[in-house]
Amino acid sequence: MSGFRSDVEAAIPALRRYARALTRDAETADDLVQDTLVRALRSEHLFHGGDVRSWLYTILTNLNRNRLRSLARRPVMTLIGDDDAPEMSGPEAGSRDIERALASLVEDQRAALLLVVLEGLTYREVAEVQGVPVGTVMSRLARARAQIKAFLDGERPALRRVK
Amino acid sequence: MTDRDLPVTEEELHAYVDGELPSDRRPAVEAWLAAHPDDMARVNGWRALADAIRARYGAVATEPVPARLSLRQIERADRSWLGVAAAATIAAFVVGGAAGWTAHDVTTPRPNAAATSTAEAVDAYKLYVVEVRHPVEVPGSEEAHLTQWLSKRVGYQLRIPDLSPVGLKLVGGRLLPGPRGAAAFFMYESTTGERFTLYSTRAGGPDSALRYNVDGQVGALYWADGDIAYVVNGEASQERLHKVAETVYAQIERAPAR
Repeated sequence: MSGFRSDVEAAIPALRRYARALTRDAETADDLVQDTLVRALRSEHLFHGGDVRSWLYTILTNLNRNRLRSLARRPVMTLIGDDDAPEMSGPEAGSRDIERALASLVEDQRAALLLVVLEGLTYREVAEVQGVPVGTVMSRLARARAQIKAFLDGERPALRRVK
Repeated sequence: MTDRDLPVTEEELHAYVDGELPSDRRPAVEAWLAAHPDDMARVNGWRALADAIRARYGAVATEPVPARLSLRQIERADRSWLGVAAAATIAAFVVGGAAGWTAHDVTTPRPNAAATSTAEAVDAYKLYVVEVRHPVEVPGSEEAHLTQWLSKRVGYQLRIPDLSPVGLKLVGGRLLPGPRGAAAFFMYESTTGERFTLYSTRAGGPDSALRYNVDGQVGALYWADGDIAYVVNGEASQERLHKVAETVYAQIERAPAR
C-alpha cells in the first residue's frame, strides 16, 4: 500500500495549486488540502484502484463546495479599500484581474475551468471529479469562459492585451 | 462539400483549445477559424485566459510544501483524533446502560438535533472534565486566539461568555468532532474545582427553548438559536446549572456576533 501513500504525496503540490486558484487565499487553500489529505488517508480502504490524483481532486472539490455552503450562511465580508486600490498596470494588474475574474464565476464553473486549464485534466476526468456527464463539463467550461470575457470587457481590458 | 464547409460547433472550439478535439476534425476547425475572425479572436482569448491562469497560479506547485501538509504529520495528528473519537464512543456505550437515550440516539438513523448534540456534549464533558493535565487544547489565557480559531473551525462567530458572575473562570477550549461538522467546547472552573462546560455546534434543527436532561450525575441544558446549538453541562443541582446557562444565554443574546 506504500504505492498509494507515495501517489498521495506526489499529488500534494498540484493540490495546493488547484486549491489556491479555487479559493484565492493561501491559508484557506492549505486548510482545504490538509482536510483532503486527512480524509484520503482515513479512507484509503475505500479506494479501489484508479487514479489517486483524480480521487484527491474529487475530495478537495467536494470539501470546498461544503465550505462555501457553510460560508453562505454568514454575512459577506468585503475587504475595505479593495475597490479604492490605485489603478495598476503591468503583470500586477493582470494577476488581480485573474483573481477577480475567477471570483465572478459560480463554483462548479470555476472548478471545471481550473481542472482543465490549470490541472490539465481531460473532460472525462473532470466529469468524474464533478460527478456529472461530460456534456455538463463542456457547458460549464463554455459558460465560465463567456462569463470571464463579459467580466473583463466590463473592466480593464488587460487580459485581451496579453495576446 | 469539403471539410472547409462543415459547420463547426461551439463545443468543438473549446475542445480544440483544450486539446480534446479528435484529430480528424482538426483540419475542419482550423479552416473554420481561418475563415471566421470573430471565432479566431474568441479562441485566442481563451488561450490567453489559460496562459494567465497558469502564470498566476502555476508556481504554487513549485513552492516547498508546508510541514503541516506532510503525510507523517497528518497521520500523527489524525491518530490522536481517532483515539479521542474511540474513547468518546466507548463512553457513550458505557453510559448507555444507565441512560438509555444516550447510546440509543447515537445509533438511530435520524436522531433529533437536541438529543444528538446533548449526547455529544455529555460525552465530551465526561471525557475531559476528569483531565487534570490536559483538559483543554488552548488555555483561557489565550482567549482571543481561542475565539478566532474555533470560530473559523465551526464556521460561525463564537463568543466566549464571561461567567465570573456565577463564580466560574475560563479554563480554555478545544475543537471536537460534532454531529454536523466541528464543535467548539469550553471549560470553566470555580475556585472549588467545580467544572462546567459549554458546547456549541450547528444545530441542524429548529430553534429550541431550554431543555433539561440528566445523565447519571451530569446535568445538561440544551437550546438552539437559529442554526446554532448550545449545551451547558455540569455536575450540579438543576438550579445551579440553570443559573450558569442563563448567564451564558444572556451574554450570547446580548451580543449576537453573527
